[in-house]
Amino acid sequence: MRPDGKPEGLRQSMSWLHTWSGLLLGWLLYAVFFTGTLSYFLDEITDWMRPELHQSVPGPQTAALAMATMQKLAPDATTWTINLPGERQTAVEASWRKPGAGAGRAGNQRVQLDAGTGEVLQPRETRGGSFLYRFHFELYAMPRVWGRWIVGIATMFMFVAIISGVITHKKIFADFFTFRPRKGQRSWLDAHNATAVLALPFHIIITFSGLLLLMFMLMPWGIDAVYNGDTQKYFAESRGRPAAGAGEREGAPRGGRAQPAEPAQLAAIAPLMAAAQARWPERGVGSIAVQRPGTPGATIELREQGARALVRGGGERLLFDGVTGAPLTPPQARATSAAQAVSGAVIGIHLGRFADPALRWLLFLSGLIGTVMAGSGMVLWVVKRLPERRKLGRTPHGHRLVEVLNIAAIGGLSLATAGYFWANRLIPVEIAQRADMEIRCFFAVWSVGLLHAMLRPHRRAWLEQLWLAAIAFGTLPLLNAATGGVALPAAMLRGQWGIAGFDLVVLALAVLHGFAAWKLGASASLAAPQRNASGAGMRIPRPVAQSPEKQA
Amino acid sequence: MRDVAALPAPGLRPKKAGVAMGYRWAVVSRALAATFGGYALSSAIAAGVGLALARSGSSSVDAVLWATMLAFIAHAAAALWAFGCANAWRAWLGIGIPAALLGALAYALQGAAA
Repeated sequence: MRPDGKPEGLRQSMSWLHTWSGLLLGWLLYAVFFTGTLSYFLDEITDWMRPELHQSVPGPQTAALAMATMQKLAPDATTWTINLPGERQTAVEASWRKPGAGAGRAGNQRVQLDAGTGEVLQPRETRGGSFLYRFHFELYAMPRVWGRWIVGIATMFMFVAIISGVITHKKIFADFFTFRPRKGQRSWLDAHNATAVLALPFHIIITFSGLLLLMFMLMPWGIDAVYNGDTQKYFAESRGRPAAGAGEREGAPRGGRAQPAEPAQLAAIAPLMAAAQARWPERGVGSIAVQRPGTPGATIELREQGARALVRGGGERLLFDGVTGAPLTPPQARATSAAQAVSGAVIGIHLGRFADPALRWLLFLSGLIGTVMAGSGMVLWVVKRLPERRKLGRTPHGHRLVEVLNIAAIGGLSLATAGYFWANRLIPVEIAQRADMEIRCFFAVWSVGLLHAMLRPHRRAWLEQLWLAAIAFGTLPLLNAATGGVALPAAMLRGQWGIAGFDLVVLALAVLHGFAAWKLGASASLAAPQRNASGAGMRIPRPVAQSPEKQA
Repeated sequence: MRDVAALPAPGLRPKKAGVAMGYRWAVVSRALAATFGGYALSSAIAAGVGLALARSGSSSVDAVLWATMLAFIAHAAAALWAFGCANAWRAWLGIGIPAALLGALAYALQGAAA
């Protein structure tokens, strides 16, 4: 890809491709990586953002209390679903469906219950972690399909950037053990290489599975051809059911459904819970699903918390007769084919839904490394062009654009995220449409970040945004304790690791931003005097004799 | 990547404007080959390989999954080819010919079933 058209090696052309496929949608990819990484703690973020739930501490009676409350709230419902508190959730989330309710989630009524008393809690209106999670693959304020297409295209760019990046680096594993601090461009290159190689399998899997998750939209032609356009049939078969039963929903009635039978008392939940606990000593019961409560045909299904196998999604289930409490045979698990195992495993890693805490933290850390990789790559683009800029004696508009967008995408997004959490506590609880206001705060702070990056000198803008983000993240645990949430030490003592985990993560983010700001500030003393304000930023590297393979 | 740093920015090297324009068009052509040619190729793979697998006895779900996973990898490979090969013509040929062949295969297999 030489402008003079002279022949060049594969490594050179792949290097060109890596640079431009990475940069063009890099800012979007950075945001996707950042919000996606936070989404590994989706439930924890949502819990933290509803401090009204923080006093809910689970006890041995939680399941019985929740069942009793449901009996009062929804005696005539067709199903109850009770998600019990666990590592990631501090209150009971209960939902039910009335007879004749609409299909899907819309037909569900949902409440939060105090795990210690069974009382209905009234949490504040917030989108919580769901906003960040949805933004991660649907963006915002546009039709969902558009957002998914944009993110899907960016994901393909990422995939191309990763592969071309690997080809570019012939000494990829030797490079991994090379870090040359305080060497300007070299340090940025080493940081980019190290973060890329360190979690390379994760980066590849997360990108590839991102494409697979959107395959019904991005690449429907396989299903279209093999199933002659009958997508529903594909879905039915991939769930292991005959196509004829496509209309049947999971957990559909086993006995007669609408027989207006005489009411029947539900069996006590405690012995069933004890039986399940004995069977699953490590993880315990995650949720209770009751079909046709209060009728002779009632069933109670207990589902295992999380799952042991990555490939096989959901955990084990125990099915009981809802009146007598006698065990029934749960539906048999089906066999998994190799193709389903491969796609199931990579998607399982991407979603991390069933990951235990250690694996979840590992995924979060990998996501963080990926975020740093994306960010350092974009900064590297600027740093690499400093010698050219010095030769010119001015900053080309394109360079300045990349600088500004880098600051807004990296520093601005951190500020916006911190601002979103601050808004969650500062916007009054009783105000109308406060969930939307929180999101508006997110975008308002992000816009101010962009404006600030445009108006301030490059270096100053970086420093100010990074320091401010460090402070804004670092003070969130204090804000939490001061505005009705459970304080970090108390949360740790009570074992509310979801809430404590949030505080710990934002503290870690504060340290990370502070560290970045401190490194950038420290390099200031070494920097050559700058000719113009916008050029002042990264340390200008002294010309170094580059070995040929380092040019990549 | 140092080559990239030497890439002429607009107005930077007015003397070589002609060369730069030709280069620009070549980049645009390769990018189109990578994007739309690559998508055509991967669609043809998803359909053609999917049908071929399904017709040769593998289950329909598996056929779709393998073919779609292969399709995504093929699109990335097509993008690498588009920018890695010697010139823009080869970029189009290297992507267009397999896409046409697989498209024909998909068409034939679908016709055979109907």
